[in-house]
Amino acid sequence: MSTLVDVQDLRVQFGHTPIIKGISFSLTAGECLALVGESGSGKTVTSRTLSGLSGAGSKVQAERLAFAGTDLRQLDDRAWQALRGAQIGFVMQDALGSLDPLRPVGKEIAEPLRLHTELGRAARQARVIELLRSVGVPQPELRALQYPHQLSGGLRQRALIASAIAAGPRLLIADEPTTALDATVQAQVLALLESLRSQAMAMLVVSHDLAVVSRLADRVAVMHHGVIVEQGPVEAILHDPQHPYTQSLLRAGRAVHFQRPARAAPKLARVERFDLPLIEARHLQKTFIGPDGQPHVAVHNASFSLRAGETLGIVGESGSGKTTLTRMLLGLERPDAGDVWLNGRPWSALNDQQRRQLRQRIQVVFQDPQSSFDPRYTVARVLNEALQVAGLPRQDWPARTLELLELVRLDASVLSRRPLELSGGQRQRIAIARALAPNPQVLVCDEPVSALDVSVQAQILALLADLKTRLKLACLFISHDLGVINQVSERVLVMKDGEVVESGTVRDVFDHPQHAYTRALLDAIPQIDRPAPVPEHHFITYAIAI
Amino acid sequence: MKQLAARLLAGVGVLWGAATLTFVAIHFSAGDPVLAILGGPDAIPTPQQLAQVREEYGFDQPLWVQYGRYVGRIAHGDFGESYRLRIPVTEAIGKQIGATLQLALSAALLAIGLALASAVLTAKRNPWVRRVASASELVLSSSPSFVLGILLLLVFSFQWPVLPPAGSNGWQTLILPTIALALPIAGMLSQVLRQELEDILEQPFIAMARARGLSQTAVRLRHALRHALVPLVTLSGFIFASLLGGAVVTEMLFARQGIGRMMLDAAVAKDAPVVLGITLLAALVYVGVNLLVDVLNGLIDPRVKPR
Repeated sequence: MSTLVDVQDLRVQFGHTPIIKGISFSLTAGECLALVGESGSGKTVTSRTLSGLSGAGSKVQAERLAFAGTDLRQLDDRAWQALRGAQIGFVMQDALGSLDPLRPVGKEIAEPLRLHTELGRAARQARVIELLRSVGVPQPELRALQYPHQLSGGLRQRALIASAIAAGPRLLIADEPTTALDATVQAQVLALLESLRSQAMAMLVVSHDLAVVSRLADRVAVMHHGVIVEQGPVEAILHDPQHPYTQSLLRAGRAVHFQRPARAAPKLARVERFDLPLIEARHLQKTFIGPDGQPHVAVHNASFSLRAGETLGIVGESGSGKTTLTRMLLGLERPDAGDVWLNGRPWSALNDQQRRQLRQRIQVVFQDPQSSFDPRYTVARVLNEALQVAGLPRQDWPARTLELLELVRLDASVLSRRPLELSGGQRQRIAIARALAPNPQVLVCDEPVSALDVSVQAQILALLADLKTRLKLACLFISHDLGVINQVSERVLVMKDGEVVESGTVRDVFDHPQHAYTRALLDAIPQIDRPAPVPEHHFITYAIAI
Repeated sequence: MKQLAARLLAGVGVLWGAATLTFVAIHFSAGDPVLAILGGPDAIPTPQQLAQVREEYGFDQPLWVQYGRYVGRIAHGDFGESYRLRIPVTEAIGKQIGATLQLALSAALLAIGLALASAVLTAKRNPWVRRVASASELVLSSSPSFVLGILLLLVFSFQWPVLPPAGSNGWQTLILPTIALALPIAGMLSQVLRQELEDILEQPFIAMARARGLSQTAVRLRHALRHALVPLVTLSGFIFASLLGGAVVTEMLFARQGIGRMMLDAAVAKDAPVVLGITLLAALVYVGVNLLVDVLNGLIDPRVKPR
């Protein structure tokens, strides 16, 4: 087989900062190479360089950089444009952002056909429908006319893939094709990419998740700080990793991803339990009027209670109602029926002014720590603000600040830095410290590790488990990831379409799932060792009211 | 449907507010409208004449009665008769509006065209091109029309007499006023448009479109421009207001016929019906423009729900 992509000693730098520091790899027709690494490793820049889109201000050097015998280093704009979309299809990260919100998806898919084929308007139209059907989009005639915001995450990703393969490229580059998708949808998109592979098209898949790529790739290249530290056949990398970085990546992945039948979660130290629940939800109900004018039940009859030192995991996919439930618990949304009790007293029934006095008892950590900080504030100012709101006298701030940093295991040197100067893990630790500032009894964690790299995820989860025990917190842990829930919670609540479909101890729910949906969720978790069974032609679409 | 009704009602409210404010402003400004009716400040009417006019026009009535009659007449579409010209206000406006429409339309087209061209050509391009463009926009958007107008007159009518300095017949007389009126608006618009375009060109779907093989220019024209139209449409109200305000000055400067000049003359002569008529017309167009903005934004952006 002939070499399709040949890269020797590729170097990319932005200004004077080298991002890619001399990497080499090749790809033959029909082969799939996975580029794996954590954020900042240079994997996205590498993939973009292959289509000449390394970005403004970048300088690309290579000993060899060839595609199908063409020297990519020599190409001018026009030649690149003839190559992109025609020979090299690209599926970029973030399907919602990568589709033009003002154009129907059918038009986006037709674009490469218009640019690179001789097809007339009607023929393009027909081809678009055909493409949508081939990537498993139901009702393609209707979907082609719809706008990205009218499609579910899975359908958007399928449409984006259709636009990348429309002109029949010889190489398909997919950057994080399943990130930000729900577990069951993720499995379907992986299956789709797998089916495309067999059609003699080479594929370069970029991902931070070894489990995802292990299903797809023939070979894996592990990137770290702009260098490929290890590359080889997928089995070799997974079962006999040589480089310490690969080993740590695998360990972290295993720790986060749930493995059956082995019990992964270390049993947490027993803590004294108080009889009184710290937070209790009774028959909560919330209905919204959807965009179509129809009532949409976001949460239906949800009840649970939580004691000190306990963690309840709430798991569900997008649109399952877990966000609405969280907002009701935090007192940001008033339930239509049912009520929330905090510390044995009514909570959801209070008016805003009464609630404000009790707010300190329940604190929250959000998914994206970056957007929950003022970028101009230093860490010290972020924490001081929280202490001020908590009503602590000013002279006690420095001592308490150090105490909080010690709790989240950060050094005092971070105090003078701003959010952008911190790593993702450090930012999340500061978010936790801020939540702990007023000594809360209940800590709500809304997808606290979803935006983090796997190795960092494991550290943050361990920290949360430790804090819960030390501070006797009642913890609510919301996540779409069963593996994460399994690690931190004793009890779990599975939500689907606003209903609590299953609840119980983690052990019961994971080992003996009763509801079909729980089983589907468990099966959809990407496993490093075992390919997950994929429900064929089982499309789940969600009505998400945004 | 309910929302449309609410918006129409709000529009009526705006018109009523404009009518009332103008009524109050005219009533409390210096000068006697009766004198205006009887031929302006130079007239020397007899006391009998004064009393007669006062009674005829209802100026002897209490203020609230005058106001009530005034609103009542407007509600019936009767804007009264110009004190000075002795013809119905609607007819007087009708005679002048053509020239102003011509000027406003050509200035709007020129301003939007210039702004689009400058934004599309310079957004995220060579930093020097961008700097020059943005500096000239800043100068233009802060130059009043009359300054630009005088400069244009000096250069193109007096230094090199290629274009007529005054008048309102023929396309030659339209060129200089159009430019004077359009440039400040173009400067302002293209600043907004470039900012918007640069934000949009950072979006992932632009990179994705490039990855399908679109050229830089094609990406701008086929993808980014439509997004940039949203703020442009939203600014229509501003454009309209600038055109109207600019028209007063420009028409005076270039001695053109038109509503703007008529408005100024009427205000100086305390010709209340004409001032009121033009004010209400402007408010009406303004309300209409803003209704249209909502409809257009809904057409451009499918995510915007029709209101």
